[in-house]
Amino acid sequence: MNQDKMYPQYFTFMALGLYILLFIIPSFIGIYYSFTNWNRYSSEIRFTGLENYKAIFSSSGNYLSYIYNTFKFTVISNIVKIIPALFLAILLSENLKGENMHRAILFFPAILSYLVIGLIFRSILHPQMGLVNNVFRSLGLDFMAKSWLADPKWVWPSIYMVDAWRGVGYVMTIFIAGLHSIPKYYYEAADIDGAGFLPKLTYITIPMLKPAITINLVFGITYGLRVFDIIFVLTNGGPGRMTEVINTAVFKEFALGTYGVGTALSTILFMFMGFISIVLVRLMNRREIGL
Amino acid sequence: MTINQKVISRIIKQLIACILSGIVLVPFLVIIVNSLKTESEAALMDLSLPKSFRWENYSTAIERGKLVTSFFNSSLYSVTATIISILVNSMAAFVLSRRRTRLNQFLYLFILLGIMLPINYIALIRVMQVLHLLNTRTGIILLYTAINIPFGTFILYGFVETVPRELDEAGLIDGASPLELFFKIVFPLLKPAVVTVALLSFMGIWNDFMLPLYVLNRTSHWPMTLAVYNFFGQYQSEWNLIFADIVLTCLPVFIVYLLGQKWIVSGMVAGAIKG
Repeated sequence: MNQDKMYPQYFTFMALGLYILLFIIPSFIGIYYSFTNWNRYSSEIRFTGLENYKAIFSSSGNYLSYIYNTFKFTVISNIVKIIPALFLAILLSENLKGENMHRAILFFPAILSYLVIGLIFRSILHPQMGLVNNVFRSLGLDFMAKSWLADPKWVWPSIYMVDAWRGVGYVMTIFIAGLHSIPKYYYEAADIDGAGFLPKLTYITIPMLKPAITINLVFGITYGLRVFDIIFVLTNGGPGRMTEVINTAVFKEFALGTYGVGTALSTILFMFMGFISIVLVRLMNRREIGL
Repeated sequence: MTINQKVISRIIKQLIACILSGIVLVPFLVIIVNSLKTESEAALMDLSLPKSFRWENYSTAIERGKLVTSFFNSSLYSVTATIISILVNSMAAFVLSRRRTRLNQFLYLFILLGIMLPINYIALIRVMQVLHLLNTRTGIILLYTAINIPFGTFILYGFVETVPRELDEAGLIDGASPLELFFKIVFPLLKPAVVTVALLSFMGIWNDFMLPLYVLNRTSHWPMTLAVYNFFGQYQSEWNLIFADIVLTCLPVFIVYLLGQKWIVSGMVAGAIKG
């Protein structure tokens, strides 16, 4: 049978066309603009070489701290989600009462918009009227009532907490799916040998969960590096510019009209993620990840 | 472990599960309960029931937040972009999966890259400008379609393999054109994957906030997320109205989740786990 007649190439054209036009081309045009002084105030776009990158990588600006914050957020937000989620997945696979209900409840925040979650927590963490401080005050623990999203000491932990509140259930659900695929007799054999919780965790559960761990890391890392909504809504990069990450900084350059610098920041992220994506896509395309 | 220790550890585990579910639920209860209070009652932001249920907060929020327009916009964007992307993605996934030439395997990986790559938003605006799509409904619908291509193609590609090839050949012998073959025979069999992809992309678009922030500056084109964000800034002390607005923004997604929980969870997990 003629393959081309049966599976015509034009079936792929619309998807490829839209994807290239609105996803790939902007990234490459962006690389070009990152070498220019493109801005809102002059109609003429001039080639300025590495000026924007020099500004970003010079120690006088704050840009390096935004890049650093992006990496810091990626690492810490994943640690505080993945480790508790693993234990939760184990906990909710032991036939507790109402197990399915608990799973559904914990997963639920993952379907909501980061924007809405940000607004909910801006209310709940409000220094004067918020629920959290109200509870501390009513317990007589006034010293625990903080300006959660404005105090430099508490702002990052608050962001991680909100992010984990949304994401733990999702990570957990992937782990639960992974746990289902581990044969029961592995544990039965370990029980006969008298192995406790920790040996079972390190010698059976974690090695067998490798695919689920990989996937959680892939999704967690790409989410962390591209993070925007939750930080924009909770702190908008503040106090000062303490919690600024790459994508919130790009938006500020956009609002200021300094498009050249904005595209340069995006290009740095693009190059970095392009590199790890190629590695990860190869990994995902290998069948051994399938459960 | 003795029997007693086992019982105690089970009780502790049960307690932990309940406490964690509580931590997830309390914020929602706070929002719902306080959305039905008066302004001064809601300012206390506690879990007590309202003295009288003020349903009119909802109509006030809808009116002041111009939520009818933004509800229409959000629905239009999510439904239209979901339908277009399903059509476009399933056709592409079908051919890419069935005809694994070197070119097609490269194209598939090239599309997969989009799951991870960041978008250059500022340069995107330039492209939209040149195409006369900036600040238009058509523009944002096409953008959402484009953004949903990598993930949708990924899930559907995996599912096409479960449809037997013999059906294609039988269809072709009967004299069907490739389009007829695909839409009459193959597409209906992709239904489980199509439902999953449709629900996920609907929710993703409904929840999105970043794209409209960049490409829509006319309030008349704003979706629910931008409207609620703006409302939050405008009525900062009127928590009852803000909470009513938040509830209304979550409601459609919540309903979709209730109706399609099975598909959504399995899709999110399968999307994550299937290679």
